[in-house]
Amino acid sequence: MDALVNKRIKQVLKGDQNAYADIVNLYQHKLYQVCFRMLGNKQEAEDIAQEAFIRAYINLHSYDQNRKFSTWLYRIGTNLCIDRIRKKKPDYYLDAEVAGTEGLDMYSQIAADEQSPEAAVEQMELQDRIQYEISRLPDKYRSVIVLKYIEELSLQEISEILDMPLGTVKTRIHRGREALRKQLNNL
Amino acid sequence: MKTCASKFVDYMHEYLDGDISREHEQSLKQHLQTCPDCQQHMHELSDTVAFIKSAAHITAPPSFEEQVISRLPKRKNSVGIKRWFRQHPLLMAAALFCLFMSATVLGSFPNDNQFSVTKKPNIVVEGQTVTVPAGEVVKGDIVVKNGDIIIEGEVDGNVTVINGNYMASTAVVTGQVEEIDEMFEWLWFKIKDGFNNLMAVFSNK
Repeated sequence: MDALVNKRIKQVLKGDQNAYADIVNLYQHKLYQVCFRMLGNKQEAEDIAQEAFIRAYINLHSYDQNRKFSTWLYRIGTNLCIDRIRKKKPDYYLDAEVAGTEGLDMYSQIAADEQSPEAAVEQMELQDRIQYEISRLPDKYRSVIVLKYIEELSLQEISEILDMPLGTVKTRIHRGREALRKQLNNL
Repeated sequence: MKTCASKFVDYMHEYLDGDISREHEQSLKQHLQTCPDCQQHMHELSDTVAFIKSAAHITAPPSFEEQVISRLPKRKNSVGIKRWFRQHPLLMAAALFCLFMSATVLGSFPNDNQFSVTKKPNIVVEGQTVTVPAGEVVKGDIVVKNGDIIIEGEVDGNVTVINGNYMASTAVVTGQVEEIDEMFEWLWFKIKDGFNNLMAVFSNK
């Protein structure tokens, strides 16, 4: 597969735009999946995954063909996702305590529906629930957990994609697992 | 609550990463058998992993590939040319050389319609006609541009007429007589001239 990809990349570099369609075809589902799990929104995931493929195309001349193309592509994709997450980060959280009150968080400020948020989560379908729990993870843990357990990549590959030492990747996976465990236990 | 050494939690994560050493694994196993709290912790972590791994595969929408291709920037021509230059430096150098060479040679082509003639003491110039009168001997070459030459006397050298006519009846020209009208001939003349000059330099030595 790598040989085929490298062949297509050479064709693209020579100006054959159609050869890029094959590359998109090979990696579209993997990249889209990462983006969807990171962002939790189909429209945004499609947008960011497309953007990643376009950036890869534009910067294809700087890609080192001795390395794995998927690693490079994932790197572009995860960076775009992290940027997007940081941009849309709200400046308040439902969990935050309301100033001047004691023990009152934003949840209590929302007009209480018939259902408590906890009950609503418990009634979620399993797949929605998984996505919900992933989206609650801080982004630095979210990316490693998605790459490790959704994409099933090796720790070495994750460290290359996120451009961080192997030790840092391990630490983040450990903390990510602990964070998820606590989220699941709180219900 | 938990009072166990935190190293056991580290071991649990090493175990889950699949890179736990034999010693760590042994000590973790022994500890789990005696500590229900850690057993519970290990259990929850395994459940967490199983939970996240049960996520369904997500696939891109069917139109994804098409949309990416339609959004690709059109390759700019200048990029292609630049790349070509970079890949063929020798051809590039040759092309540049030819360009500049032809510019200098063609630049000296008499595209101005001004009449000119090599100055000699004993020739007669009337309008755009140069006459070598009968009985006169002109020493040296004569070049006439944009004019005609009539030779009735003698020329001890070459006669070159550019964009004009050479008219002679009883003329004696010791050298060559040339009429040049076309661009190509002008070039050819230039080259021959240059070559002759070169030869002259060598033969003078």
